[in-house]
Amino acid sequence: MAVVSTIIKRLLLGLLTLFVVSLIIFGSIQFLPGDFAEAVLGQAATTETVAAFRKELGLDQPSYIRYFDWIGSVMTGDFGTSFSGRAASGVDRSRSVAELIAPRLANTLFLAGMTAVVAVPLALILGITAALWRNSYYDRIVNASTLTTISFPEFFVAYILVLLLGTLWAVFPSLADVQQGMSFGERVYKTALPSLTLTLVIVAHLMRMTRAAIINLLASPYIEMAQLKGESPMRVILFHALPNAWAPIATVTAFNLAYLVVGVVVVEVVFVYPGIGQLMVDAVSSRDIPVVQACALIFAATYILLNLIADVIGIATNPRLLHPK
Amino acid sequence: MTDKNTSYSAAGEVGSVRMRRTRLQRTWVELKKAPPTAIIGLVVIVFYIVLALFAPLIAPYGEAEVLPNPYAPWSSDHWLGTDQIGRDLLSRLIYGARNTIGIAFLTTLLAFLIGGALGLVAAINRSWLDQLLSRGVDVLMAIPSLIFALMLLSIVGPSAGSLIIIIAVLDSTRVFRVTRAVAINVAVMEYVEAAVLRGEGLGWIMRREILPNIMPPLVAEFGLRFCFVFLTIAALSFLGVGIQPPTADWGTMVRETANLIQFAKFDLRAGVTPLLPAGAIALLTVAVNFVVDWFLHKTSGIRDEQ
Repeated sequence: MAVVSTIIKRLLLGLLTLFVVSLIIFGSIQFLPGDFAEAVLGQAATTETVAAFRKELGLDQPSYIRYFDWIGSVMTGDFGTSFSGRAASGVDRSRSVAELIAPRLANTLFLAGMTAVVAVPLALILGITAALWRNSYYDRIVNASTLTTISFPEFFVAYILVLLLGTLWAVFPSLADVQQGMSFGERVYKTALPSLTLTLVIVAHLMRMTRAAIINLLASPYIEMAQLKGESPMRVILFHALPNAWAPIATVTAFNLAYLVVGVVVVEVVFVYPGIGQLMVDAVSSRDIPVVQACALIFAATYILLNLIADVIGIATNPRLLHPK
Repeated sequence: MTDKNTSYSAAGEVGSVRMRRTRLQRTWVELKKAPPTAIIGLVVIVFYIVLALFAPLIAPYGEAEVLPNPYAPWSSDHWLGTDQIGRDLLSRLIYGARNTIGIAFLTTLLAFLIGGALGLVAAINRSWLDQLLSRGVDVLMAIPSLIFALMLLSIVGPSAGSLIIIIAVLDSTRVFRVTRAVAINVAVMEYVEAAVLRGEGLGWIMRREILPNIMPPLVAEFGLRFCFVFLTIAALSFLGVGIQPPTADWGTMVRETANLIQFAKFDLRAGVTPLLPAGAIALLTVAVNFVVDWFLHKTSGIRDEQ
């Protein structure tokens, strides 16, 4: 089967990419200037504490062994121990990275999921209708407003919303301080503004890309052929355009969900939302390398996985592969 | 057709009229035909450039001059008030144009030098080197660039220099793809082959044969890339790991004044203050996008199917 073998090839390629990316993320720690054992523990650290810390990090072993150690424990969900909470005296109050990340990852997934549920269908409907009624006033208005939204940095959109809906007309809280044990409704209410910000940004991108993909598709010779045969517009769309449209729509959606994963970082900081993006920014500021590595790996893996899923959908729905000659 | 031609022909007249126009006049004619959005975009860009170039002359106070009254409201002394340690916000906004745009422009230029050169080499070479570069770029593009930049900045520590290099290298991957894609079509042309056969070197073929023919898409890409780089740097500065204080920068300014927004109920002008640097970023990207849009329509004929 052409489809199955192509999908397997794509999956293997995805796995290879993930492997190389993990190598890059791991390798970046090697380029750290100076001895960061001393930097973390402070000037006053005794030689024994520094030596113990170096041993714990495995700095006394060759790098390929450390890579397999690291990737092996990552596979079992162990991302190592955070640098923060260590003192020169050897007192160790540090927490494991997995323990730090787990609740925050759940929060981020909640925010991203809530946004995607609203944004994706809305953007697809807007994009497809704009493509069908292209050059109408509807199309022009949607187009101009989305071009403007795309050019805005996320924090601009976020602060406009805070100003309008958070302070002047206080309908939603401008701080999204979600806590454990909150009810679902309360959570949705707290995350309303960050989710709305992300929705505006995503809808703009996704709508424009969908519109371009559909217009591109409608310009194909086989669509013209179907129209010339006298097929009804409905049949042209459903039986001729749609089977070929799944691949571009899946690609565009995955691209935007991947974009959502990244956009989450800025939005979480604006609304002080306890998600993984904010954790990563804090870790970057305090140079807490294990946490940064773990966050980067999670973000990159999500990104690769989404693109992989889009490609697989594209292959699995490709009429040319499904009906080989 | 030249002016010496004695017999009359309409085509000749049109041709000679076109020839008499200088480059400046032709640009003017094009500008008069430009849509209003492009004109607005151009005016905004020129305004920003003037601000950036003449910042010390325009700004009422110094870039990092600390005045005795922090969090001063809008007044005739400080049109936009002062920030948390008493620096005049209008002055910082004007100096910010210089720093933010300057750094973004340098970064984009560097990204084009790296990505463009490698893309041209890959397009001409088409063998193991092309494979190596393309696969390398595939892997780099598999990591979201903001995340990658955050990770690298945590390692080397935030500073303007490392920021420029990191973002330039990450963005050169996109430039590489675009350049390679357009250059591949040109690299197989007969005149390139002729240049190769007459023994021209790689540098000549890149600069004199291929580059002039792929300029329009590259110029448009430069505009879009600039917007992207500009937004990335603004986001990183906003997150506190980009351009570092006391350098005036719009992303950092939004971060520093953000809590003023809570006072919008009592003084709307204070509430709007954090939006000004953010709006300055947005306005420039909108303007560049408008101009690029017009440029794309003009040069490549990329337009929606009617």
